[in-house]
Amino acid sequence: MTRAIVRYLPLLILALAWEAAARLSLFSSLALPPLSGIATAWADLIRDGELLDNGLTSIYRGAAGLMLAVAIGGGLGVAMASSRAVNVLLAPLVEIFYPLPKSALIPVTALWLGFGDGSKILLIFLGCMIPVTIGAYNGARGSDQVLFWSARSMGAGRLRTLWDVVVPSALPEMLNGIRTALALSFILLVSSELISAQRGFGYLIGYLGDTGSYPGMFAVVLTVAFLGFAADRLFQLLMGWLLRWRE
Amino acid sequence: MNGHAQIVVEEVSHTYRPLRGRPVRALADVSLEVRSREFFALLGPSGCGKSTLLYLVGGFFPTESGRILVDGKPVAAPGADRGIVFQHFALFPWKTVQANILYGLERQGMPRAEREARARALVDLVGLRGFEDSYPSQLSGGMKQRTAIARTLAIDPSILLMDEPFGALDAQTRALMQTELLGIWRRTPKTVIFVTHDVQEAVYLADRVAVMSARPGRIKTIVETRFGDRDPGLIRTPEFVEKVDEIWNLVRIEAIKAQDREAP
Repeated sequence: MTRAIVRYLPLLILALAWEAAARLSLFSSLALPPLSGIATAWADLIRDGELLDNGLTSIYRGAAGLMLAVAIGGGLGVAMASSRAVNVLLAPLVEIFYPLPKSALIPVTALWLGFGDGSKILLIFLGCMIPVTIGAYNGARGSDQVLFWSARSMGAGRLRTLWDVVVPSALPEMLNGIRTALALSFILLVSSELISAQRGFGYLIGYLGDTGSYPGMFAVVLTVAFLGFAADRLFQLLMGWLLRWRE
Repeated sequence: MNGHAQIVVEEVSHTYRPLRGRPVRALADVSLEVRSREFFALLGPSGCGKSTLLYLVGGFFPTESGRILVDGKPVAAPGADRGIVFQHFALFPWKTVQANILYGLERQGMPRAEREARARALVDLVGLRGFEDSYPSQLSGGMKQRTAIARTLAIDPSILLMDEPFGALDAQTRALMQTELLGIWRRTPKTVIFVTHDVQEAVYLADRVAVMSARPGRIKTIVETRFGDRDPGLIRTPEFVEKVDEIWNLVRIEAIKAQDREAP
């Protein structure tokens, strides 16, 4: 508990400095509303249900896109590591797609699937798939030949060893890839909702900003920041549990 | 000798062809027969192809030339009739001791209650009670190898392939494990092919020792090493010491040849 307080002390200091700077009018109150004002705006957004409504929409989009990316990206990575043919077929696609800024696809996915959930899920899926695929590929390629032989000599078929040996061997690197993807999903979610959406955190931030409700806008930004932080911490706990067999 | 030739190796050669670099001829025209329930050691300097031969019997590589028969049938793939124990244990690191031992039984489709009883019996056999829920990373080298042996014995293969199984253990643990292995082998007789570069270990454990030549590996000679009672005191008897000397001289020549070949 004490350690947690010490660890996050800089955040507390920043918050106090923010409040002080705003109260002393060091900046325009439009550019930097006091934290107390933001807290009030946050409470209002909770009370009228706006934050929860838009938040649930965003969480649904992010979770759906990320889960698709994990399932399909993980499968592709393992398949690329296990089959030369699949690797030859997909490696160039991954290489081309890797450096592309995925936000460039926001208009493309909107063109294909409109302004609703589908375009956001597709964008997050496409963007998050890359780190998951690369993590799973590297992890699976590093899997130990003798583990494969052991499984085979105990009666596992070739296909069975994919699930029993290659996937667990790939897990540590794949989980690191998923952690990167998790952060990326927040970026893609909010930026796509800012540009083309009628619901969601990004939409709410844009709407409140356009209508001059700056304390409300900051309240949503900070909410998203906190959710991103919490998601990462929870994921680290999950990783620790899944990899508890390591030294 | 009881039993027929269970493993027949006829004129087997093997060449490794790495993606880059020159092909390496690991085995040249190896022929041998291992009888049912025999403890057979493959002895030779490192790089003589003894592990390669073991992996071919295991079915991990295709046999390129010559043929290998197990129980009269050509080896085509790995199978549960041939259990293997590796030098570096090859335990599934994400599974507990218990789950590692259960793995083969699950693949064999044994009913749950039966396989759990069998796993318990094997944990007791190798003296790991109390460590069932430990992960391999929490075990000593000797305990890891006990787990690996239990895992392989669980599915009761008629043939046990052992690839320098005690090579990564300290001297005391190794001596203990050798005695334990003999005890297990006496209680549940199996055909064993035991790869090692340790002459004393080969003579102590095996009924026959095949001495292999330096690369490309050939069987140079096969020596009978059957002693009546293999209690640990055996290694100090004159007969044993003499046998070790005899085989050591054969191996030394090959080790020197191998070294000369490595030299620029």
